[in-house]
Amino acid sequence: MATEVAQTTQESISPIFGRLSLESIPYHEPILIFTFLGVAVAGLIVLGLMTYYKAWKPLWTDWVTTIDHKKIGIMYMVLGFIMFVRGFADALMMRLQQAMAAGGAEGYLPAHHYDQVFTAHGVIMIFFVAMAFITGIMNFVMPLQIGARDVAFPFLNNFSFWMTVAGALLVNLSLFIGEFARVGWLAFPPLSGAAYSTGPGMDYYLWALQIAGIGTTLSGVNMVATIFKMRAPGMKLFDMPIFTWTALCTNILIVAAFPVLTATLTMLTLDRYLGTHFFTNDLGGNPMMYVNLIWIWGHPEVYILILPLFGVFSEIVATFSRKPLFGYKTMVWATACIMVLSFVVWLHHFFTMGSGANVNTFFGITTMIIAVPTGVKIFNWLFTMYKGRVHFEVPMLWVIGAIVTFTIGGMTGVMLAIPPVDFQFHNSLFLIAHFHNVIIGGVVWGVYAAVYYWWPKAFGFKLHDGLGKASFWCWFVGFYLAFMPLYALGLIGVTRRINSYDDPAWQPYFVIAAIGAVMILFGILFTFANFAYSIYKRKELACGSDPWDARTLDWATQSPPAKYNFPQDLHIRGRDEFWRMKQEGFKWSKNYSPIHMPHYTHAGFVLSALAMIFGFAMIWYIWWLAVVAFVGVVSFTIYHTFNYNRDYYIPTEEIAETEAKGATV
Amino acid sequence: MSEHSAHSHGTMSQLMIGFGLAALLSIIPFYLVMADTGLSSTAVIAVIMILAAIQIIVHLVFFLHVNREVEGGWTFAATIFAVIVLVIVLAGSIWVMYNMNTNMMPMPSEEEMLEMMSLQNQQG
Repeated sequence: MATEVAQTTQESISPIFGRLSLESIPYHEPILIFTFLGVAVAGLIVLGLMTYYKAWKPLWTDWVTTIDHKKIGIMYMVLGFIMFVRGFADALMMRLQQAMAAGGAEGYLPAHHYDQVFTAHGVIMIFFVAMAFITGIMNFVMPLQIGARDVAFPFLNNFSFWMTVAGALLVNLSLFIGEFARVGWLAFPPLSGAAYSTGPGMDYYLWALQIAGIGTTLSGVNMVATIFKMRAPGMKLFDMPIFTWTALCTNILIVAAFPVLTATLTMLTLDRYLGTHFFTNDLGGNPMMYVNLIWIWGHPEVYILILPLFGVFSEIVATFSRKPLFGYKTMVWATACIMVLSFVVWLHHFFTMGSGANVNTFFGITTMIIAVPTGVKIFNWLFTMYKGRVHFEVPMLWVIGAIVTFTIGGMTGVMLAIPPVDFQFHNSLFLIAHFHNVIIGGVVWGVYAAVYYWWPKAFGFKLHDGLGKASFWCWFVGFYLAFMPLYALGLIGVTRRINSYDDPAWQPYFVIAAIGAVMILFGILFTFANFAYSIYKRKELACGSDPWDARTLDWATQSPPAKYNFPQDLHIRGRDEFWRMKQEGFKWSKNYSPIHMPHYTHAGFVLSALAMIFGFAMIWYIWWLAVVAFVGVVSFTIYHTFNYNRDYYIPTEEIAETEAKGATV
Repeated sequence: MSEHSAHSHGTMSQLMIGFGLAALLSIIPFYLVMADTGLSSTAVIAVIMILAAIQIIVHLVFFLHVNREVEGGWTFAATIFAVIVLVIVLAGSIWVMYNMNTNMMPMPSEEEMLEMMSLQNQQG
């Protein structure tokens, strides 16, 4: 199929359809046809139900056009979970393939499809699952924690979200129109260059990430501004909850690192579209420079992902130990140290590329140093629990599981940080096991902990306990079954990304890993079932505004919070303000004043839709459409600047009414 | 003009000093390249690079008004952070890539490559 695509690109670029033709629809691939049918049927059912329940108008007016940070946060989480299903389906396919394809067997996935699967898995899990999750949690929680009514730039927030969706849709489109990249999640040239990746797959990768990247960068700017400018009166930086601190550091990292990704991918795009030679093998290009640049973004990126979850762990551990967090200031400084150090370790991703002993030593040592502030955090959590009254609620289970698992992953990370050892482990399954160990054990379980912890805040009722525990234990056991064999295989020397192998002795390990993946599937399904069951039983599970007896301001509002969050301005006197308010028997006074709020707008949605059309047109060389869409983006932006009807005041009567009624489930 | 806008846009004399410095820092490199000064090209490149760095600072101070007072020092702090990241990225990349290049095996020229390929073909 690769050669077919190559031929069609050379043969014909139609002025109307670019290189898009009927040949681009992969109807000769049964797996994709069945996937398409499944998605189409499920999609039609959803559309039908939405029409039946007349959900279209509320969807548009309450959700699509919303600039309420809480709703945008929830939409990010929905996006994250949907893409998680897609990314996890890819993972199951790989596990199944590797469990089958031993000793001369071919498995069921042809190589070019397998290569797309592992590329899509990585891209989706990092950019559209993990990033969506952390942005969603930060969006929902952070403004509440600092006593703000919204983020600093509410419209920009909506725009950022829809740009991320546009990127995600482009990636999913590649399943059914054309193909996806076959280059690995970071798309190293020369393989990803014009000479070796001829089809549209690599262009799907570039435009999806560029469009989503605009959203990520803008949302980073937005949140940094929010934390610096929108804190409730009296809240000093060192009064902020730890989650807000980690959100601040993460967003500073986003603002500093994502432009590097944008620039790098732009240069690769120029190489592919205009024949420049930044990263080609010949005419002065240097593919090693791409590897260097992409990891200058890539390493801060992994800390962008994990830092907010460190914040989540801190909040949950303090709440469920009924104690203030141990070592608040060391936690802040550890976070700040990690933020800075994450910029000086990138070379450990390519020790083997040949920099020599002095360079490798420097980056090996900086990498090991970064384990120190991380260790500080782990000890802080342990000392918070020590002599506390630890309540083993579901969020706390996820956190304890994550702390244990993340620590193991961190230690294998220190092993990989030793350059001579890395020469053995590089590109092996040991590495795969390591980063899944820290990303699942840190990021994913942190997200689950956050979902179970803040769900009552978002909706006013708890998630079911038993289903939550079932989900946790399936995930926990499944993870160890799925990834410990990969450590062993990596030590034997099995490389990543292989789709078949000769030695039948490896097969048992891969089979165990596949069984683990199936257990993880049950972990995922139990949580989805939990969502459905708890929504169904929401009256019984209703829990009031502060079910966990928490310490931070996010719990001072109604659950779910009113659109203005806080009915009155708060005056913050120190850390754990809400705890102090509860000790003093705080009640909101009845004297309200009108609250200044922004209007909802459809501009973000329209701009992102146009941007997606632009991306699609560029991918398929449909130049006229690209021009039209680009002009559309620019002119609609200008048009939107003339919209002066942006804000309104919520009258005091309405606030009094909302507050008197209380939140309803 | 309110105090705020006067503060953020700078006074006329500040702007003129900035303009003069920027012009001077641009004219010198042009002069070095266009006039036959007899300096080695390495020296000329070095001087131009240094002047360019000074030029950046002039723009930041006189046109973008980055100093420790604006916005309670946050503008200054953000600039410093940006400079640190920039220095890490640039210096790091140059260091890393220089090492890669020196450690690489010498690449065969195109003729040598063709010769090797034909040899390979003969030997099957």
